[in-house]
Amino acid sequence: MTYTPEMLELIKVVEATRPQRMHQKFPSMSLEERDKVLHGFHPDFLPEGFRKVRVGPGKGGEMPNELADLVEGRPLIGPDFDLSNPDFETDVLVIGGGGAGASAALLAQEGGAKVTLVTKLRFGDANTMMAQGGIQAADRPEDSPPIHYLDVIGGGHFDNLPELVEALVNDAPVVIQWLENLGVMFDKTPDGTMMEEHGGGTSRKRMHSSRDYSGAEIMRTLRDEVRNRPNVEVIEFCPAVELVLDESGKIAGAVLYNLETERYFFAKAKAVVLATGGGGRLHYQGFPTTNHYGATADGIVMAYRVGGEPLFLDTMQYHPTGAAYPEQILGQLVTEKVRGLGAQPVNLKGEQFVYPLEPRDVEAAAFIRECKERNLGIPTPTGQPAVWLDSPLIEMIQGPGTVEKALPAMVRQFKRFNIDIAKLPMLVYPTLHYQNGGIRIDADCRTKIPGLFIGGEVSGGVHGRNRLMGNSLLDVCVFGRRAGKTAADYIGQGVTLSKPTLQHLVIWNKELDEAGINGAVQSPILLPNYTRKG
Amino acid sequence: MTERIDLIPIFIMGKRYDVPPSLTIMKAMEWAGYTLIRGVGCRGGFCGACATVYRIKDDPKLYFGLACQTVVKPEMYLGQIPFFPAKRASYDITQVKPEAATLFKLYPELLRCLGCGACTKACPQELNVKGYMAAAMRGDIALVANLSFDCILCGLCAARCPAEEPQYNVAILSRRLYGRYMAPRSEHLRQRVDEIETGNYTAEITALKALDRNGLVERYKARDIEP
Ligand SMILES: Cc1cc2nc3c(=O)[nH]c(=O)nc-3n(C[C@H](O)[C@H](O)[C@H](O)COP(=O)(O)OP(=O)(O)OC[C@H]3O[C@@H](n4cnc5c(N)ncnc54)[C@H](O)[C@@H]3O)c2cc1C
Ligand code: SF4
Ligand code: SF4
Ligand code: FES
Repeated sequence: MTYTPEMLELIKVVEATRPQRMHQKFPSMSLEERDKVLHGFHPDFLPEGFRKVRVGPGKGGEMPNELADLVEGRPLIGPDFDLSNPDFETDVLVIGGGGAGASAALLAQEGGAKVTLVTKLRFGDANTMMAQGGIQAADRPEDSPPIHYLDVIGGGHFDNLPELVEALVNDAPVVIQWLENLGVMFDKTPDGTMMEEHGGGTSRKRMHSSRDYSGAEIMRTLRDEVRNRPNVEVIEFCPAVELVLDESGKIAGAVLYNLETERYFFAKAKAVVLATGGGGRLHYQGFPTTNHYGATADGIVMAYRVGGEPLFLDTMQYHPTGAAYPEQILGQLVTEKVRGLGAQPVNLKGEQFVYPLEPRDVEAAAFIRECKERNLGIPTPTGQPAVWLDSPLIEMIQGPGTVEKALPAMVRQFKRFNIDIAKLPMLVYPTLHYQNGGIRIDADCRTKIPGLFIGGEVSGGVHGRNRLMGNSLLDVCVFGRRAGKTAADYIGQGVTLSKPTLQHLVIWNKELDEAGINGAVQSPILLPNYTRKG
Repeated sequence: MTERIDLIPIFIMGKRYDVPPSLTIMKAMEWAGYTLIRGVGCRGGFCGACATVYRIKDDPKLYFGLACQTVVKPEMYLGQIPFFPAKRASYDITQVKPEAATLFKLYPELLRCLGCGACTKACPQELNVKGYMAAAMRGDIALVANLSFDCILCGLCAARCPAEEPQYNVAILSRRLYGRYMAPRSEHLRQRVDEIETGNYTAEITALKALDRNGLVERYKARDIEP
């Protein structure tokens, strides 16, 4: 498989304009132009894509329709579910086996707690594993945590919670050192200097990387370390479906579901760390996604039902360059580095139409405008719109061999479908990438619910309304660690649970009834439904 | 049933299904009606959950791949290996030494490697698995770390190994030893951590936290950008 004959014809147009485009600098947009394209074309500004939630702690707030449907869903179990015989008891129940969950498990164990980590798929089957680009930390002499602070908060449109940003930037170098001590192999020069690059929205080079397997290197190391620790048990294929409180409203554990035996059971715990990640698999507005199979926003659903406060869930990050062809890799990430190295976005007529390195939201909106308004997108067999990303420019600018050397994971990805990205352009279109907001936490990962601590992509506040690349891997380590530590401290002060109950579901169901929400939606959904029927 | 004309037959664990030829193995299984639980994770070639062994009709050769990255072929006989029970040794990373003896002590079976290369043939990441195992036998931890860097711990190498080696576990042990003990130390990082712990930036960040929106916007706009 490679491009269809029709596409190969269209590529000739791109090739014809390439020499003249090579030195052409497309101007970047003014703030007014950016605003215009965002409001006109970014999915966050499409009113039909959102609606107000009618019940619960975030009542009246906007969320994508698909998320609002689940947040307003009926529980999978009834309030009368039998909690009298827990399958097991633990101190800290960590829900989610990604970077945040693993970090929390380690710190909770170090704090003296008995830890059980439960996860939906395998431990490490998570968005953390997929991150390629890198992780930010202000550790060079020309950089500093205050400079990092400004970048984060400006990137977030100044809506970030300041105490969370402070924690993020202050802990960043500490986290890098922690990871290094656990054996993470960062890219370094022979004298030990970290090799650091810019990312979108950074004013200093502070993106640390491990080749283009940055997230995988961090995830597999944390996972290996969790497995080395005594007093930490890992249970796979058993997602949480409901949080459990005691009669006084403290966390008392969670109801889990064994995906293989299809049995629900109660895990009793003195504290819970919720680290379930994002929700790309909800495919907001029909977008494909870069996220792993288990990213279905379960954590939002569960925390919301016990009173967790949603923050900035009306903004999602769309990565401008998701693969649009071949169909087999639809939506998968084409790293920002491709544009960083000189590839230009090009339309049907072979013209550049946007500055290649606008902020992600602006770049994505411009791609959508080119296809939807100007009709200059490239047709693909599945009907998925697309624009060209003219990767052969890279070697014209940077010299032969650059592509293979700088983008090995990318080359491997496309080579599997007989497309040589050094010679032929790629087809790309925005893809759903990241949940900017989540459930509100404080700097120690506390929520309104005693004993419930949250960290990672499921939390909200640290990135404001927009996350910068490289601050999320950082977030999961910083706040995963903090959540684990706070949970251990909380238990250390002595927690006595009264009777566990699901009384909150009685109230929830009543609230749904009263709001006239009688739909058939049950949530959390745990897995997307890709099975063809019939 | 005109839509069937373009379909190709594949055999999932021995059972025939007709599927569109453009699908990956993973999507073909879903198209056939499977709801996947095992054998699926990232769907992007990074997690190693979807290790698959297959054969094509009348061809005795075994092929290996990732279900999320491999396109179906006509008459493909598929079996998935979502879990492989390879041995994994526990250790305390702060107590082990970055030397050959550590590898041999935790994985004495290392020395049984026959150098047959079955592991290399099975690796969907096209890694030189036999090569890194040979390096491990020589105690060359840095080389193991380097050669095995793109390993996604899918388990196919171990599944094929006649000597029952847990290659990927030897590999991650080596990478962690390298990362912690052998990679050059980063002085600027250490220094920055000290500065933060001493509280050098507290005042400046407290001041930033106290700024209102306009104040922050001003400061943000005035940033100098490193070229
Ligand atoms: C393709 C891609 C590239 C990226 N690149 C970068 C980058 O370069 N730099 C950067 O900083 N960030 C990047 N990100 C973002 C970053 O990787 C994630 O935001 C971050 O890793 C999230 O970590 P987490 O631990 O919060 O969630 P995850 O890593 O997604 O882990 C969540 C875990 O919880 C489990 N889970 C879900 N629901 C339940 C449930 N009900 N019960 C039990 N377990 C459950 C999941 O299966 C999963 O194991 C990228 C993301 C993607 C998808
Ligand atoms: S398959 Fe096993 S015995 Fe053969 S080379 Fe690989 S590790 Fe050695
Ligand atoms: S080395 Fe083994 S575990 Fe690692 S990717 Fe290759 S076959 Fe899979
Ligand atoms: S599903 Fe993760 S590698 Fe295929």
